[in-house]
Amino acid sequence: MIFHVIRNSAMNLRRDRAALVLTFVLPIAFFSIFAGVFGARGDSRTPRIRLIVVDEDRSDHSAALVAALGKESGLNVMKETADKRAPVTAYDRASAEAAVKAGRAPVAIVIPKGFGESAFAFSSTNRPRMLLLADSSDPIAPQMVTGLLQKVAMTSSPTTMAEAGIGEVDRWSGGLTAEQKGRLAAGLDRMRRDSAAGTGSAVSGALIEVDVRDILGESKKAPLIAFYAAGTGVMFLLFSASSAGGTLLEESESGTLDRLLSTRVTMTTLLLGKLLFLTIVGVVQLTVMFLWGAAVFGLELFSHLGGFYVVTIATALAASAFGLLLASVCRTRAQLGALSTLVILIISALGGSMFPRFLMPEAVQRFSLIAFNSWALEGYLKVFWREEPTARLWPEVAVLVGTAILFTFIARRVARKWEIT
Amino acid sequence: MPPIPLRVADLVKHFGSLTALDGVSLELSEGEILGLLGPNGAGKTTLVRAIAGRVIPEAGSVSLFGVAAAPGDSGSRQKLGWVPQEIALYPLLSVRENLQSFGRFHGLLGPDLDAAIDEALHWSGLADRAGDRTKNLSGGMKRRLNMAAGVIHRPALILMDEPTVGVDPQSREKIYAMIEELRRGGVSIIYTTHYMEEAERLCDRIAIIDRGKIIADGSRDELLRSTIGLERELTVDCGSAIPEPVRTLLSARGATVEGQRVRLPVRDTRREMEALLQLLDAEKIAVDDLSFRKPNLEAVFLHLTGRGLRE
Repeated sequence: MIFHVIRNSAMNLRRDRAALVLTFVLPIAFFSIFAGVFGARGDSRTPRIRLIVVDEDRSDHSAALVAALGKESGLNVMKETADKRAPVTAYDRASAEAAVKAGRAPVAIVIPKGFGESAFAFSSTNRPRMLLLADSSDPIAPQMVTGLLQKVAMTSSPTTMAEAGIGEVDRWSGGLTAEQKGRLAAGLDRMRRDSAAGTGSAVSGALIEVDVRDILGESKKAPLIAFYAAGTGVMFLLFSASSAGGTLLEESESGTLDRLLSTRVTMTTLLLGKLLFLTIVGVVQLTVMFLWGAAVFGLELFSHLGGFYVVTIATALAASAFGLLLASVCRTRAQLGALSTLVILIISALGGSMFPRFLMPEAVQRFSLIAFNSWALEGYLKVFWREEPTARLWPEVAVLVGTAILFTFIARRVARKWEIT
Repeated sequence: MPPIPLRVADLVKHFGSLTALDGVSLELSEGEILGLLGPNGAGKTTLVRAIAGRVIPEAGSVSLFGVAAAPGDSGSRQKLGWVPQEIALYPLLSVRENLQSFGRFHGLLGPDLDAAIDEALHWSGLADRAGDRTKNLSGGMKRRLNMAAGVIHRPALILMDEPTVGVDPQSREKIYAMIEELRRGGVSIIYTTHYMEEAERLCDRIAIIDRGKIIADGSRDELLRSTIGLERELTVDCGSAIPEPVRTLLSARGATVEGQRVRLPVRDTRREMEALLQLLDAEKIAVDDLSFRKPNLEAVFLHLTGRGLRE
């Protein structure tokens, strides 16, 4: 009898396409997305960190350090501004800080004047203090850069470091003999040859002192809450919009849609009415979410209300059009359930709701821009994290509103199937 | 002379290889109730939906009150009400809220809407349930609300697509009473059904539809007269086989013999019944059962198509 139950269940599963998709296609699709995000299709190397370098010292030592940083496979060193609308110039302290604020790189280092002169002084008062400007929304990049800086400092100038060490020994040990000095000089020559041949070994130890400044999160009470609120809020907005869009299917199944369309209500009126209603619900939903974040987690909502509503209205509009589009291409609620789960989980993973986009490989970051929700998250990031003025939100708003128009247009075309048979 | 409420000419519609409408034409006069009688799948609903503008016919035309009504054109259908076969209501809304919604969709607002809702509640006998959620109503009440939502804008022509499907006899009577009230108000109605009793009781005229074609059209008596006649039918089930000479005798009197069953159309019921029983008695043929049947539309349909209405 158990066998008959199994067989009956198998027959039902075979004919339920929605369940089949959820059972077999969704996990594979999801796995592929995450493998792409984390593993870059089989390449397990950590994504290259964009690092802005400001060389205020302009000494041989600083140049060697910058060159060595450039050779690090984990870093993508940017020495010059890459703004297409302005002439290319070398980064200075201010432009580097602005670039980190704008999200063009998560970290910048400033090699201060005098670094070369006192590069490896053993006296702690004379040690060069390098400045690291960090965007703490990326928790990994500043730490990695600090570590790599120590490594590079030693491997880029081992002979300089040794000479400095010998100088200190000569000074504090009462003077080296001529023979000792001769042997040390021979050793230094060998080091120089090894270094030139690339066979020298690195020595570990924290010799460069780094001052880290979190230029984005330093003034914030709860820096990362906005991320979580936006990520979660947008993902659930997509779910609720697609579910609410499903009322179209319910109305089609129950006959109320047919009846509605026999009154003065046209399909265009109906879709626009539903779009606006879903948008209002979406705005309220996100407002409630962020209010909760403000009340419980200290999210700084009230000081960013203007930007918040600009992004929220555009996001809710796009999500609503997305919900209507999904509903219009489906024939049943079950189909909509399967399709919306599949699409929303994929674009949420891609768009950064589950894993921040800035931690993804660069290629995936670029690709993820096809997910319209990534623009919504970027908008919230600009408002709450980078504190950019509302006018600077135009690219995100344009993409979201454009997406809403496109989705609504397609949904209207597809909805012809309900108009008349 | 006011324009005729409905004129349908040569409508043709296929769904794949299925012919749903095969050149259907009909007219409906002011204040007339026309019954569309036919079995399931005959094309009744497709015809109603074509008139409502919800189906695009491949050929033919529909005009309402003298104005051509293109498919999907709701502007020319302002005087038309449609009660679909499905319970097309919002289950989570109350009775009043459903009427409000459909009233607004039909363009009613303010005091006009309030008056129309009160009228519809009274007409459907749902005034005391106005605040109840629709999903909590009985099947019969939902049917009545479904009708009320279709006539909330006081149309002059109403399409009713099987409004009594799945309804208990008591609710059915209430629905008949609602339709009689509309008749008294001078509304023209197309009423589809596969219950011949309904068609006989409610309709001034009946069009019998089968396989997308109207195969007969007229009043009940006209349909009977032109097909099976107005006589009652006497059926006698015999207890033994009927010999050939007796069969010949019976046929000469106008009876039909099928096995041990004899059917005889009768005008003078008592005299003709006694004559038949005497003949059988004389031939020593026992009678097991005897029944009379009034001529009806079921028999007309059987006569015209060779099939029953509910087959």
